[in-house]
Amino acid sequence: MKKLLVLLTLGIALYACSQGGKQNNDNNTAVRSAANPEDYDPTRGEGKFDNVDVGEQLDVAMAQEGKVIADLKCASCHKYTDERLVGPGWAGVSEKHRPEWIMNFITNPDPMIDKDPELQAQLEICLVRMPNQNLSDEDARQILEFMRQNDGLK
Amino acid sequence: MAAVAAVSLSFNACRPKGAGSAVSGNAAQRTYVPPGQYDEFYTFTSGGFSGQMSVYGLPSGRLFRVIPVFSVDPEKAWGFSEETKPMLMTSHGFVPWDDLHHIESSFTDGMPDGKWMFANSNNTPRLARIDLTTFRTAEIIEIPNTGGNHCSPFTTENSEYVIAATRFSVPPDGPESDVPIDSYKENFKGHISFVSVDKETGEFDIAFQLKTPGLNFDLSSAGKGVSNGWLFISCYNSEQAHTLQEVNSSQNDKDFIMAINWKKAEEYFKAGRGTVQTNVRYAHNKWDEHTHSATSEIKTEVTVLDVADFDDLAYLIPCPKSPHGADVNPTGEYIVGSGKLAALIPVFSFAKLQDAIANKDFEGEKYGGIPVVKYESALHGEVQKPGLGPLHTEFDAKGNAYTSFFVSSEVVKWNVESLEVLDRQPTYYSVGHLMVAGGNSKNPYGKYLVAYNKITKDRFLPTGPELCHSAQLFDISGDKMELLLDFPTIGEPHYAQSIPADMLMDKSLKIYDINANQHPHKTNGEAEARVERDGNIVRVYMTTIRSHLTPDVIEGIQLGDEVYFHVTNIEQDWDMPHGFAIKGANNSELLIMPGETTTLKWVPDRVGIFPFYCTDFCSALHQEMSGYVRVSPKGSNVPITAYTGTK
Repeated sequence: MKKLLVLLTLGIALYACSQGGKQNNDNNTAVRSAANPEDYDPTRGEGKFDNVDVGEQLDVAMAQEGKVIADLKCASCHKYTDERLVGPGWAGVSEKHRPEWIMNFITNPDPMIDKDPELQAQLEICLVRMPNQNLSDEDARQILEFMRQNDGLK
Repeated sequence: MAAVAAVSLSFNACRPKGAGSAVSGNAAQRTYVPPGQYDEFYTFTSGGFSGQMSVYGLPSGRLFRVIPVFSVDPEKAWGFSEETKPMLMTSHGFVPWDDLHHIESSFTDGMPDGKWMFANSNNTPRLARIDLTTFRTAEIIEIPNTGGNHCSPFTTENSEYVIAATRFSVPPDGPESDVPIDSYKENFKGHISFVSVDKETGEFDIAFQLKTPGLNFDLSSAGKGVSNGWLFISCYNSEQAHTLQEVNSSQNDKDFIMAINWKKAEEYFKAGRGTVQTNVRYAHNKWDEHTHSATSEIKTEVTVLDVADFDDLAYLIPCPKSPHGADVNPTGEYIVGSGKLAALIPVFSFAKLQDAIANKDFEGEKYGGIPVVKYESALHGEVQKPGLGPLHTEFDAKGNAYTSFFVSSEVVKWNVESLEVLDRQPTYYSVGHLMVAGGNSKNPYGKYLVAYNKITKDRFLPTGPELCHSAQLFDISGDKMELLLDFPTIGEPHYAQSIPADMLMDKSLKIYDINANQHPHKTNGEAEARVERDGNIVRVYMTTIRSHLTPDVIEGIQLGDEVYFHVTNIEQDWDMPHGFAIKGANNSELLIMPGETTTLKWVPDRVGIFPFYCTDFCSALHQEMSGYVRVSPKGSNVPITAYTGTK
């Protein structure tokens, strides 16, 4: 009888494991990743962008597009100055972080908030996890260009 | 071994009276869905007199969502927000409650296609369509010439039409309906509506109605497979009684199942053979996903075909006795009539019915101008001594039928071909509807059967005089049905539809795209948040995001103003609704989904400061997500002011 109970328990455990693969959510959810933090590269961040070639010159049209998106989706929490609102002000952000880190963070915030040492420190100050605002790759690139303009690039 | 015995003993001690040994040893394991895991089926369950539709998981019996349909729901602002109010408009004005009876999937080729659920309201006759990407009610249409839309919302094999038919025959709408009630036989008529469904958008349109003698239509099933193109409706009160129906409608040994050749009716309708009736009024309410708003329109025309004017539209099959369910098996060949007061179940053959019609094998006298097929000529056979009070029948893919018996409180499994009873299991208590997963389709999924019980008495912890109705889950994969689980339900569930989880979960909508939001009072980002006055109408254009409302300081409101809070949730993340509520509002809260704009109307009743806040816990700073409105006397010189953070 004991053996049977053990088998039943095992059965449940096996079933649970076999179902695991189905549970993956897409990147629009608050997935708490359990990957080894040592694999995390704090200069690149985590997400789909490896190397973003931004060029020396500002793309003014692209920056304008970026401001339109930022006004709608970002400005309720971020000022474009160095003043903190809900989150930190944007002044200097494009000089402080690599382009790929910024684009990874704004398109994939939850996993990065869980791992990135600086973001974890920010969370202790702000106490609000930055929302996933469902930005497309193009949106993210345009916002980055606006951040560069905001930091004085011509 | 001793430990096992002790465990099972303690289980017995906790088990409520009446369960007996009906539950087998590993039932818990078979219904247990571990934390974080998903159920196999979504089950959309009628809420009966709650007016709503609930969504459960099977096999766990966990409740996921209550979708407001025909009744207001202050939690979701259904019927309270300005945008949703038109959904509950009727020709009688705003109707805040109804009795949601049945549910049926949209079908493609006789199988659920996962697009929509249809539902009917029984009191103020209406039909609703629920979108299965948003899990919201997308459309409601009122049904004219009808008194109690019970026989609904059953659909044809490709959901070409959803059926709505009167439970209480009434005189046709219009000024001539002021007649003595005892003139029933002369003046009261039945109407069966064929409501077309647009293949792409799902939009309803009452294509035509069939006018019939004054029968009470109870339930129906459309033909499928070999019988596609036909519709079978159970009819009671063939006596045409108008009072004390409990006795007077139960006199005849047989009532009818009406077989309608709907393809033929469609042909006649398209050929212009119907009469356009212009003294009807019915509301048609549509939800627009882009404006996040509903519109309501009153329509005034319907095309009616009188079945007595045609030889080949409708036939009556005698059916014992006050039939409730009329259910068609997966092949479409057999029609099961469940006479509530009968001691047997007649099963009719579609092939034999066709022969009988071809050979004019009719009774001597028509009924209200409709030919009556001889009982034996259409009969495949009778299930003898099945139980007491058969109500509804569903099917599996192995040739078996499952019938619920209200009076004898049991579910009976029998073979459709041989008519042999194979198994019977008690229910606790007084089962009404039952549902096999896919049991009304061409290829039932089987595996699970859910019995919906009207009486629960000692099954759950008592909650005063009013007790829950319940669902009982059976495993029907083996020869014998096995009871696995009891769970309470919302309202009185009349019917349900199970859809495999895989068919719906991936297309479930996560957010509304803020850039696609075409609400006329959308606030496109915080920079546009503002307050505008036009006479005594004040519009607050407000945004929400974790965790502040903009504006959160509002001054310059005066007594006598009508204030509209147009709240846009500018979040674009799944599962991030914000709420909005203001002190003293004679109204509900708002619950605004990401990317959506929703409006609360507020008429302040006194001078003072009114706090408002977010009602749906959204972040660690949710408690801080609040603001103030200052209300001044009429004519005050306090200017309109609105800001968050800095002026």
